[in-house]
Amino acid sequence: MSDLSAVLAPPVLAQQSVVTEHKLVRQLAITVALVFLLLFVVLPLAVVFVEAFRRGLAGFLAAFQEADALAAIQLTLTVAAIAVPLNLVFGLAASWAIAKFEFKGKSLLITLIDLPFSVSPVVSGLIYLLLFGAQGLFGPWLMAHGIKIAFALPGIVLATIFVTFPFVARQLIPLMQEQGTAEEEAALTLGASGWRTFLTVTLPNIKWGLLYGVLLCNARAMGEFGAVSVVSGHIRGLTNTIPLHVEILYNEYNFVAAFAVASLLAGLALVTLALKSFLEWRHGADLASGTHR
Amino acid sequence: MARTADQGQAIDIRVAGVTKAFAGTAALYDVHLNVRPGELLALLGPSGSGKTTLLRIIAGLAQADHGQVFFGGSDATTLPVQKRQVGFVFQHYALFKHMSVADNIGYGLRVRERANRPSKAEIRRRTSELLDLVQLSGYESRFPAQLSGGQRQRVALARALAVEPRVLLLDEPFGALDAKVRKDLRAWLRDIHERTGKTTVFVTHDQDEALELADRVAVLNQGKLEQVGSPDEVQDHPATPFVMTFLGQAARFNAEIRDGRLLVNGRLVSAAAPKAAIGQASLYCRPWHLKPVPAGHGHQHGLISGVRRLGSMRRIEVTQVDGTRLEIEAPLVTPLRVGEEIGLEIQDGVIFREG
Repeated sequence: MSDLSAVLAPPVLAQQSVVTEHKLVRQLAITVALVFLLLFVVLPLAVVFVEAFRRGLAGFLAAFQEADALAAIQLTLTVAAIAVPLNLVFGLAASWAIAKFEFKGKSLLITLIDLPFSVSPVVSGLIYLLLFGAQGLFGPWLMAHGIKIAFALPGIVLATIFVTFPFVARQLIPLMQEQGTAEEEAALTLGASGWRTFLTVTLPNIKWGLLYGVLLCNARAMGEFGAVSVVSGHIRGLTNTIPLHVEILYNEYNFVAAFAVASLLAGLALVTLALKSFLEWRHGADLASGTHR
Repeated sequence: MARTADQGQAIDIRVAGVTKAFAGTAALYDVHLNVRPGELLALLGPSGSGKTTLLRIIAGLAQADHGQVFFGGSDATTLPVQKRQVGFVFQHYALFKHMSVADNIGYGLRVRERANRPSKAEIRRRTSELLDLVQLSGYESRFPAQLSGGQRQRVALARALAVEPRVLLLDEPFGALDAKVRKDLRAWLRDIHERTGKTTVFVTHDQDEALELADRVAVLNQGKLEQVGSPDEVQDHPATPFVMTFLGQAARFNAEIRDGRLLVNGRLVSAAAPKAAIGQASLYCRPWHLKPVPAGHGHQHGLISGVRRLGSMRRIEVTQVDGTRLEIEAPLVTPLRVGEEIGLEIQDGVIFREG
């Protein structure tokens, strides 16, 4: 047998597995990937921090002493604090329904959950303007009752919820489908109530996937520009979120302040990335495979 | 049949006219079944026969479209699964992955309402008692992932027994285990059943398992209950051709009943006495019902297409004129070779009226 394989296999490649490419090809592929990453990810990210500290730490900190900047940060935190928990609840409910029950229109629901990923954020923002704006469908009624949605916090929250609602659901659906219903059924036969079963059996099984989804949802909620830009109206100190504030500062040639505030978002992205990698490394098995967007 | 139970009185289960229509497989049609107090009953059938559906309806994990389920004489049809007090064991264990063995077993006690909940010390005592029963003492702090399949299933059974269920229901409990472990667990389940005396229903597609383990066997086919009886009854007096063929090898012959006598190919079959006076019938024969005779004799003939040794007997495969094959049993000394022509004498069999 051994002399036969020696004849069949070319001597140089005898040690190589069939899926291993030639050394030169491998190095070329790695180089291309690295250069690309360097140019399009690392370099811009570095520029953000370099520009932010161009006038030293004092210049950097000055950007955050401005009232408008503080208002923008506060608004962004408020929006995320409302949108993320709501999407957590929605994501849990939707994935629970989809993974554990059979019902009509299930595939339609899955498609609808994916909708915000395929619709341009600007369009998502416009939808809310067309619904709640002064000329919109419910505009006159809202105006008559003194309720402000467009160009105010509610509008920004609504647009953010719309843009970020797939994150938690998309993460949990495959995970819950994979886990099936046997453990829940076991808990029920042992006398546990539905709520108790959810708390003691379902939730512990999905907690890492849930955290992962919330993390991505939060990063997007804080960083969203397009949809929020349309509904916010850009009122300084009132309806400007961090990304919108960055844009205004930049348009006013206030580069140091613009990059300083932008570095907050970049920092958030880095922290999210680190946490995400940690979760994948530590609890990879509990996150379900092949679903990372 | 009822045994002396050490944990309360064993109750009976009555399934009355249960029907469940599914889009697709595993439906049930008007199933009536009585499970006697303290007995070990097997629900036996091929996949898609509805046996698991029936078990889930008894447990309250599924709802019947029509019909009722009674536990100890009282109607349990509308009782939610939490209130039915059943111990359910799943084919794939369904242990709580994130809980230790001890926490798994104590779960049913911990989730009780405060008024009925035993103290922590009491739960610990019961858990260790059950671990003893399933021979897993010392495994308290292990997690399900650290156990073998057989060990997991034993933990699952201990967990089900912890809540002191009124009845024990097992869904293909050994289905996911290998042959050796299966064999051990069978004997062990029998032993546990003797000790607890609980009315127990288990689902299986393995006729050997059902016949070896159960007091009575209920055979299901395509959502209908074909026969309920002791292992001897279903083997010796199968109610339908399906039961006959599902429980073991059987060859079928066209037969004719004339003047109260049974004829196959015009020759009298002496041993099998028909109940009906006249008409067409099918005669089903086990391998040991057929005796090899020289070619030209007997009720049927064919060519020997295979000879195997099976313990103290030979199994001989005979290809009949129409191409169908059947097996017969013959003593080792019988001189038979592949390719020879052979006659078959029907010595016994089970008659089913044509229809």
